[in-house]
Amino acid sequence: MVSLIIQFSKYAIIILMAIYTMQSYIVFSKKDEDDKEFLFLRQNLMMFMIHFIAFVIMYLEMEESELVFFYGSQFIYLAATLVFFRNLYPRASKLVVNHMCMLITIGFIMVTRLSYEQSVDQFKIVAASTAVALIVPLIIRKMHVLTRWTWLYAAIGIGLLAAVAVAAPEVNGANLGFTVGGISIQPSEFVKIIFVFAVAGMLAKAKNFRDIVVATAVAAIHVLILVYSTDLGSALIFFATYLVMLYVATRNCLYVFAGLGAGSVAAVAAYHLFAHVRVRVQVWQNPFLDYSGSGYQIAQSLFAIAAGGWFGTGLFQGTPDAIPYAGEDFMFAAIAEELGGIFAICLILVCMSCYIMFVNIAMRLSNRFYRLVALGLGTMYAVQVFLTVGGAMKFIPMTGVTLPLVSHGGSSMLSTVLMFSIIQGLYILREDEEDQIEKIRERELESRRYY
Amino acid sequence: MKKSERGNWNPDDITEREIQVPDFVGQPDRDFSESQGPERRSREESDREYHQAQKPQKPVSKKQRNRVYSRVAYLFSAMFLVLAGYMAYFNVSLADELKANPNNTKMEEQKQYVVRGSIYSADGEILAGTNVDSEGNETRIYPFGNVFAHTVGYTTNGKTGLEAIYNTDLLTSNTSIVEQVGKGVKNEKVRGDSLILTLDSRLQTVASTALGAYRGAVVVMEPSTGRVLAKVSKPDFDPNTMEEDWRYLTAEDSQSPLLDRAMQGLYPPGSCFKILTTLAYMRQYPSDYMNYTFDCGGVLTQGDMSIQCYDGEVHGYEDLQGSFQHSCNTSYANIGLMLDNDEFADLCEDFLFNSELPTVLPYSSSRFELNGKSSDGDVMTTAIGQGNTLVSPFHMALITCAVANDGRLMYPYMVERIENTEGVKVSETKPMQYKKLMTSEEASTIKSYMRSVVEGGTASSLWNDSYTVAGKTGSAEYEVVGNAEAEENFSTHSWFVGFSNVDDPDIVVSVIAEDGGTGSSAAVPIAKAIFDAYYSYNMG
Repeated sequence: MVSLIIQFSKYAIIILMAIYTMQSYIVFSKKDEDDKEFLFLRQNLMMFMIHFIAFVIMYLEMEESELVFFYGSQFIYLAATLVFFRNLYPRASKLVVNHMCMLITIGFIMVTRLSYEQSVDQFKIVAASTAVALIVPLIIRKMHVLTRWTWLYAAIGIGLLAAVAVAAPEVNGANLGFTVGGISIQPSEFVKIIFVFAVAGMLAKAKNFRDIVVATAVAAIHVLILVYSTDLGSALIFFATYLVMLYVATRNCLYVFAGLGAGSVAAVAAYHLFAHVRVRVQVWQNPFLDYSGSGYQIAQSLFAIAAGGWFGTGLFQGTPDAIPYAGEDFMFAAIAEELGGIFAICLILVCMSCYIMFVNIAMRLSNRFYRLVALGLGTMYAVQVFLTVGGAMKFIPMTGVTLPLVSHGGSSMLSTVLMFSIIQGLYILREDEEDQIEKIRERELESRRYY
Repeated sequence: MKKSERGNWNPDDITEREIQVPDFVGQPDRDFSESQGPERRSREESDREYHQAQKPQKPVSKKQRNRVYSRVAYLFSAMFLVLAGYMAYFNVSLADELKANPNNTKMEEQKQYVVRGSIYSADGEILAGTNVDSEGNETRIYPFGNVFAHTVGYTTNGKTGLEAIYNTDLLTSNTSIVEQVGKGVKNEKVRGDSLILTLDSRLQTVASTALGAYRGAVVVMEPSTGRVLAKVSKPDFDPNTMEEDWRYLTAEDSQSPLLDRAMQGLYPPGSCFKILTTLAYMRQYPSDYMNYTFDCGGVLTQGDMSIQCYDGEVHGYEDLQGSFQHSCNTSYANIGLMLDNDEFADLCEDFLFNSELPTVLPYSSSRFELNGKSSDGDVMTTAIGQGNTLVSPFHMALITCAVANDGRLMYPYMVERIENTEGVKVSETKPMQYKKLMTSEEASTIKSYMRSVVEGGTASSLWNDSYTVAGKTGSAEYEVVGNAEAEENFSTHSWFVGFSNVDDPDIVVSVIAEDGGTGSSAAVPIAKAIFDAYYSYNMG
């Protein structure tokens, strides 16, 4: 009987997710604010229904009474996040808030399914991150000095990355972070944000070729340190983000081609210089050559996605835990296995909608620095999604990065929530600007009327 | 707007700059969050400096500035869509192969919910089925024991054969929703889908019996469709008792009973290869191959290599068909020397040497190693099917199928259809052309040569009144390795490839009997038993 409920519920989850995804795009065609508002509320309904169904299934499977309280706390958290964002920042993009909550919900479900213990930690981190994030837009609005600290950002970023490269202990062939008081911290996750601020600051002020060379040098130092730390995923994210920011700042394709050229040369050099890069490429070409060794993880990921098919096996009906680091780097494969290929495609489209919104926000801002920050942070997010999803499907070589907001991992969660909030903060600035324009017009009209 | 709704923000803060806001066309980028209220006058200088620094040489409109942002958005949207598309492609094109990967243990999970489906022969006999006793213990039974061992495979001590390839299908139930719900409510397992093979249990049994105690293999195929009717490899094993027999089966002196010789055994093709040598000659001498003559003196020497005809025979004057009919080695060595090696190699690669074979089962790739630098000795031995050339019985069957089917090789298959437990069709294999290997003129010429072999050549014992046969025998010499005590260092595998009902071929038979001597002594009688059985069962 239980298996029957699980079978039916998996289709329900897919349908709800598909509706949610469609709504994310339909909203662009809606002109009326009330229509939009109604659509956003229905999106929240979809999210809560998915959350509820998934936890019913997990309760049936795990028969853990704590799960009821856990569900309750998550429900309260999600509802509170939605309410707080709506009320404290009525002008924040509701679509982005919805997406953030939806992705976090999917994360809640999958991390709980993979490991209940991890999910409790994860929940605490999510709650703490969101609490921090609620203040971010406020800070941005009040902090007028953000634009001036360019070199400080660069110094902190390079300093942190260098500290990791030199001092961090090696875990699983890569040194990524430190453990402080039982909590492991991955500085590169936070440097992502600082890096975007640094680059945005430099490029916003750049007026000649020399300035661009300096900015490029600073970015290159970041990337090289990451490559040296064998954190190839982050290195690629930083590299791609810098190229995109350079392109929009200069509006010059030549820089991009030069950057891609240099990147290709560097990639070939890295392939010949570093064994771990060669292994990644070989495993990508054929994971079954060294199945029990380096190819095991990606092979299991592929088996998982294949086992899921279009509709998935249903929660607890697959074996996503067979993939090493399923909750982190291979969250996408775990989702595809149990929630299905259609759900996974919807997830990709939701991430795409996030990115479109981010660029949209960037376009509506007027200040060059903030425009670059919004685009840079958004691009960080997009590249990371591309790398982790593409890597899990063996579309591109595996780079070992997490699926933002969904994967288990404290640093990644906090930094992504911060990224989303900073962009939200910028969005609020933009709304403020529009508001001012509106006010001026109103005032002009009024003055004409009365004088 | 009321203050309370706007957080702590005081609208009065911005009175001054509001006036500068309206449009950004032609204006430098400006920082709006930078308050320029009176209380911040002290900053103004540095602000001005900053704004001047970022002032572009040419004023750029917001629209222009946004164009690059749109481009970036399009680029990344395209990347996301490619990912989504790849996910779909993954499910459509890659998933099945991954599910069948021998390392994939995902399907084992299904055993909790599904009883493994059955495998049936084309004539409705059960070849593999799962018995469930009253306590729910499952046993996989193979009623035919050794006869289908290599083709159907086994499920204990790993999985092989069709059991491995179609594992996913056997553990998937496509039974009706009603049945699934009913079983689900009762917490009972459903039965997985069944495979209905193209293999015929009668023909398979005859082939297995005919091969007898020989090590070797038999492949029987329908050239017009690509259906495999029988596939035997010996020595074989009993899939019912894998666990008990495992040590013995994998012992070093066991003569590899687990190896599927039909697919994975590589043998020198011997004279059967003359089919391809003949075709190569016809293609390289299209206008005068009919005028070929050779005076066979029983031996041909070139450099330090001598090629002799079998058993010291001297064939005298003969044309191309005569050379083929008598399997004249010296004549074919002579032909080999006339051929352009690279073109010959291209032809063999076209005929799937050194390349992949169209099959789902594991196989060994056949080898052909002649090239422009090969010595005359290699050229002569290769032309008569010795040298470094190696081929599997299955591959020889495919080549013969192409000859029998006007040069068209059909995609070979072993599973006719998949049915759910209620007998409703889930999927079906349709005959499909794999590759056109030769023109129908070429095929018909080779066919007539092969017919002559039965009419008055090395396979004349296949001559009979009830059906016609065309074929080619082979006696493949090989060096016996690791047997120093043996008096002779060479032994001979017995080959036959051919087809029946020459005008409209019914079946292709490919036989190899290891150490069976000449083709006519061992392989031809085995083939005859199969042809006889096929027509006595009225299968044609």
